[in-house]
Amino acid sequence: MKPEKQLLNGDEAVALAALHAGVSLGTGYPGTPSTEILETFDHLGGKAQWSPNEKVALEVGLGVAFAGGRALVTMKHVGLNVAADPFFTATYTDVDGGLVLVSADDPGMASSQNEQDNRHYARAAVAPMLEPCDSQQAYDYTLAAFEISGRWKIPVILRLTTRVCHSKTLVSPRSDVAQPAAPDFKRNVPSRVMIPAYAKPAHHRLRIKMAEIAAWNDAEGFNQRIDNGKSLGIISSGIAAVHAMEAAPEASHLVIGMTYPLPIETIRKFADGVERLVVVEEGDPVLFESLLAAGIPAEGKPEMYRFGELNVQRVRRILAGDTTPEPVPPKGKPPELCQGCSHRDVFEVLRDMDCIVSGDIGCYTLGMLPPFSAMDTCVCMGASIGVGLGMRHTLPADQARRVVSVIGDSTFVHSGITGLAEMVYNPPETGHVVVILDNGTTAMTGQQEHPGTGRTLNHDPTGKISFEALGKAMGIQNVLTLDRFTDGHRLEAVLKDLLAKPETSLVVVRQPCVLAAPKIRFYEKAAIEKMNQACAAMPAE
Amino acid sequence: MNKVTNIVLGGLGGQGVLTASDILADVVFRAGYDVKKSELHGMSQRGGSVSSDVRYGPVVHSPMVPLGEADFLLVLEPTQVDVNKPVLRPEGVLIPPDVIPPDGLKNKKSFNVAMLGALSAFLDIPESIWLDAIHARLAAKLHRLNDEAFAYGRQAARARFHLS
Repeated sequence: MKPEKQLLNGDEAVALAALHAGVSLGTGYPGTPSTEILETFDHLGGKAQWSPNEKVALEVGLGVAFAGGRALVTMKHVGLNVAADPFFTATYTDVDGGLVLVSADDPGMASSQNEQDNRHYARAAVAPMLEPCDSQQAYDYTLAAFEISGRWKIPVILRLTTRVCHSKTLVSPRSDVAQPAAPDFKRNVPSRVMIPAYAKPAHHRLRIKMAEIAAWNDAEGFNQRIDNGKSLGIISSGIAAVHAMEAAPEASHLVIGMTYPLPIETIRKFADGVERLVVVEEGDPVLFESLLAAGIPAEGKPEMYRFGELNVQRVRRILAGDTTPEPVPPKGKPPELCQGCSHRDVFEVLRDMDCIVSGDIGCYTLGMLPPFSAMDTCVCMGASIGVGLGMRHTLPADQARRVVSVIGDSTFVHSGITGLAEMVYNPPETGHVVVILDNGTTAMTGQQEHPGTGRTLNHDPTGKISFEALGKAMGIQNVLTLDRFTDGHRLEAVLKDLLAKPETSLVVVRQPCVLAAPKIRFYEKAAIEKMNQACAAMPAE
Repeated sequence: MNKVTNIVLGGLGGQGVLTASDILADVVFRAGYDVKKSELHGMSQRGGSVSSDVRYGPVVHSPMVPLGEADFLLVLEPTQVDVNKPVLRPEGVLIPPDVIPPDGLKNKKSFNVAMLGALSAFLDIPESIWLDAIHARLAAKLHRLNDEAFAYGRQAARARFHLS
């Protein structure tokens, strides 16, 4: 029986393919627009886990693959910066089962701090990269990525973008997906212990793998060619391809599925058959520069189209060489901290005390907007603590004493703990104050669990990290908890006291996110019921 | 019909814009069309502007409605009309929030479904498909309320736009 068509977004399509591919474990850290992949995988019956951060998620995934299983590791584009350390050496190793890393890029920065183009990572870390343009391809390429990963024992990147992740399109699932062999440890020290003596030949092996994959990509890769005459040929990939097909139905098109390593002979043949060749790509001119390097003359896009997302009208302008200013759409209403959000009065206090606030990534970044206007820096996950310490070390004492680092609970677990180690090890002369805004969830990305909530991805009870115990064990001089319901009014006095001391301080301000609170109560109740049932089922002595 | 039909839904976070566009996409899928639905929802729960594009026809390429090419613009919040208007083509139909009289609904949470009812008055898709898609998306206890809201919106649009 042919499986029925489904209307899925790109994230859901990846999850469905992972299920069909027999993925034994999905790992990742929440990040828009990638979050729904693991949530859907769990919902469909797969085993999925949130890791503290992307580096750990990738390391767990690598272990799964070394053990002969198939691993899916998901993250947003900036997450790959965190996971880059294991990734650049994972490509040297032989992965046995399969390892597919999903990088969900955010051109246009719908919900991100930058619009880095992670196609650069494929080339830099030497990993094959597949780029779907819709949910059907997201499904098909996920399956293909596992086949390629298994065949060449290499990690594969599936690069999605916001519009692929969050657009729903039709998907016909396959019913004939080959299943992986059962996990089984095979000792293979030279291909997995990356000391120089083994890493040197491993690098050579990696380049040979890539040459083979490039040949495969030319011979049987996912290259879609539409011939419509010679006057205009367009080369594209990912979401840019569907914009290009709509913008120029009269042109010939070559849509590349695997963009690293490129099917360069396929491109050359296509280029030879058209009079004008234009590369239509979102973000940096990665494809364009690769064509030039291969000696294939092509037109790129004017610099102004490097910025932001592409769409049909922008592709029309690229094809017309139009560099006149683009129409500016009316500004919508910006988001704001929810009414009743526990972060609101913290930022009111920080504003009224004229603190210099080193901020971080999460809902609470909205504390930079009026009426609070109480955040002075925000760079990347965990940066609030290091940046705050750097300012403390450098500013004159009267200013240094105003510096406060503010970080959310999930962000703290992700990459704030090493910042605390720095504070204990290299304390500024004026001391420092770190405030953890603990709302009991990863709120920004849609209320995911993390190691500080004591619940797993699917909300079952598990081990829970105490931030206060951690701070004390690390040797922070003052560790305080403020329950916002009972002690909220004391925040200003507490901060005043701590800012005046040349000591290290950690303040945990705790109140559940207003959106998540009803669900958290439900999960807590379910956990107690589960425990009671387990106790009742225990045999009496 | 060869043409792609372009519909944009706009409003503020928390109004059910994305739920409505999910239902709409499911409706045209059930009616047998190729469909693509697009949205940006990173900040949608925090009260900011939210919009979603639904495109359907024999073959749909881009998931985003090009500026000035929407056939229908459904807006759930008065302040969001001007924000979204540039997406509408000159002869396109604007369905503003006041198409549903303020006191017309038993529960204002079904406002998004009432607006879908208003849109349905313009589209040649059987009412039963709309109701199937609404029921598939919403919990059973909400079906009756939303069936009524849908019928109310459909009737209100017929009266307002003089449709048969």
